[in-house]
Amino acid sequence: MSPVFVIIAFVTLLAAAAAMSLRNLVHCALSLVVALAGLAALYLQLDAQFVGFAQILVYVGAVAILIVFAVLLTRSDATPNQAILAPGWIVGILVSAVVFAMLGWAALNSPGLPREMPPTPEATVKNIGDLLMTRYVLPLEVIGLLLTAALIGAVIIAMKEETPKSCSSRRESAPSEKLERTDPALRDGYEAEKGDGV
Amino acid sequence: MTPLQGCLLVSALLFAIGLAGAVTRRNAILALVGIELMLNAANLNFIAFWRYGPHPEALTGMMIVIFSIAIAAAEAAVGLALIIAIYRHYRTANLDEMKNLKG
Amino acid sequence: MMLEIALELEGRTMFETLDQIFVTLKHQAVAFFPDVWQPLVSALISIAFIPLVFATLFAVVTIFERKGIGRIQNRYGPNRVGIPLTKIRLCGFGQFIPDGLKMLTKEDIVPRAADKVVHFLAPVVLLVPVLLAYAVLPMGRNMTAVDLDAGVLFFFAVGGAVELSVFMAGWSSHNKYSLLGAMRAIAQMISYEIPLILSAVTVIMIVGSLKTVDIVAAQNHYLFGLAHWFVFTPWGLAGFILFFISSLAESNRTPFDLPEAESEIIAGYFTEYSGFKFALFFLGEYLGMFAVSGLGITLFLGGWTAPFSFLTWVPSYVWFFAKLLALVFTFIWIRGTLPRLRMDQLMNFAWKFMLPMSLVNIIAAGAWHFLGAGWLRWAFCSALIFGSYAILGWGLMQNQKLGKRTYRFAD
Repeated sequence: MSPVFVIIAFVTLLAAAAAMSLRNLVHCALSLVVALAGLAALYLQLDAQFVGFAQILVYVGAVAILIVFAVLLTRSDATPNQAILAPGWIVGILVSAVVFAMLGWAALNSPGLPREMPPTPEATVKNIGDLLMTRYVLPLEVIGLLLTAALIGAVIIAMKEETPKSCSSRRESAPSEKLERTDPALRDGYEAEKGDGV
Repeated sequence: MTPLQGCLLVSALLFAIGLAGAVTRRNAILALVGIELMLNAANLNFIAFWRYGPHPEALTGMMIVIFSIAIAAAEAAVGLALIIAIYRHYRTANLDEMKNLKG
Repeated sequence: MMLEIALELEGRTMFETLDQIFVTLKHQAVAFFPDVWQPLVSALISIAFIPLVFATLFAVVTIFERKGIGRIQNRYGPNRVGIPLTKIRLCGFGQFIPDGLKMLTKEDIVPRAADKVVHFLAPVVLLVPVLLAYAVLPMGRNMTAVDLDAGVLFFFAVGGAVELSVFMAGWSSHNKYSLLGAMRAIAQMISYEIPLILSAVTVIMIVGSLKTVDIVAAQNHYLFGLAHWFVFTPWGLAGFILFFISSLAESNRTPFDLPEAESEIIAGYFTEYSGFKFALFFLGEYLGMFAVSGLGITLFLGGWTAPFSFLTWVPSYVWFFAKLLALVFTFIWIRGTLPRLRMDQLMNFAWKFMLPMSLVNIIAAGAWHFLGAGWLRWAFCSALIFGSYAILGWGLMQNQKLGKRTYRFAD
């Protein structure tokens, strides 16, 4: 239980508690980022280099930005004036306290836990790559399919629905285009219809 | 207390915090944040057992966590897309006001 | 101490000594401290080297940029300021001193409705990951600060943290223009991160390792006097061009600088920043430019290796910084030459052109590896890359109906 581990764990837990209890949603999202970065530091402390960097790349670089975009797109970024906790929040806190007590008791008193610390394993990227291509190749392919399905699904779910009214309003030309088509001085240069960009 | 027990306690506390937040907060997005915290607590558990358990050279714990991170990212994307779609309909992200089964 | 230096230099030619002079100096400095403290001191010296060198480079490059852009636009850049308070004339190269002093002493205005904590932290969150990214760049033979096993992954991981700082800056200013600029900047950075990483993946595939030192070592042999850099292969050339365009977009430089262009959105996400915080954003942007150029040099241009085998006597760090300055000069040249892309043109370019091209590039790199040496792999890979470029280009230009070009002169 080195002091480094205690400090990183303390920062992570504090940030996670802040992420769940602050009023402003953007502050919650930023505290979540700190918690995830603290977890990445814990992974690095446990000699899991690849997982630590992958955690920063995926969670901090992508999932946190997703959460922040969702907060902005649902207009929840102002500090709310009404209550932030659901009714019956006491029961929720009690349940999670019981869960923690159970897990903590199991962790501290379980007889089957290994006692001594094995030497540092050789978790090089080459070994991970070898395993991914030999023993875990099926989960790898399935993950590829799953990510593709999630990507397409998320885009379709969040896409704005095209109503017929919005389609027709878009086909009317913008005022500037009308001017160019009617102004005789500019008409010579206006041969073809303007298209979209590349 | 061995280092392994320290890691397990941290992950249990993180899980409990995530659970508390997911269950008690009103906003839909914070429920998702709680779920992400719970997934991360489970990942920490896997890595701790991989490091301190027998046969760490088999890299099993790391493999599970790599796939778990990928799945969690996909799930966060789809969950947030759902919340955005629901917001467009209900004009609020408050979970208590999404009471109707029929749109 | 002289005896130790003499022992270390024994058996080396003068050029090897010159090449390793910084490493030797560092070893000598570390040897002064007791054994317990030596790893810490060694790490501190390697780390201190990075901000010193790159902040100086930043100051020099801002001058070059202003003079260079000025000359491209048919005017002089700054050409008066020497070193202040002395009579030394530098024809404008001392401009960074009064500029730096000006930014440090300007009043730090924070909007009343702004979120104070997040507003304060945004420049810090920009600068720390960008400085972290330099740790894995090999700046010379044996001159990498930290030789991580997953070096390139570390670089891209800390690069992803920059987007968070952009959001923090834009949102905390409580300003519509800042938020809009921040959203555009984040969308652009996320879109161009994919071709950036995919073009780096081709190099990693061929080398078989994520360590930057291994990647440079794989390019360190010479064939008929010409170096075996990856840019001299078809997939390497395409990968380098894709990487370069993506790094232009990642650093918000023209032609991708819509999020921060003055005529478009005032200053985008750092509109509400003044004084030292603005200087930190400016510094962070340029340091990011240097870092991603450094990675491009490591991956495609051979890192610290010389281009021709008869030039290997020049020290390795000279080659690294010469290539870095050449890439930065190309950044400045492109800024002065090309017009800005509109947001939808930018996004279309990333998703419809760069992403398919980088995927084709990965296929070409794989074919290169498995076809074995000979003319067949050159022909196949070149045909694949050029063919898909032609097809994609023709397909994407079909939707664009351009009017006849007319010229209207003032009569």
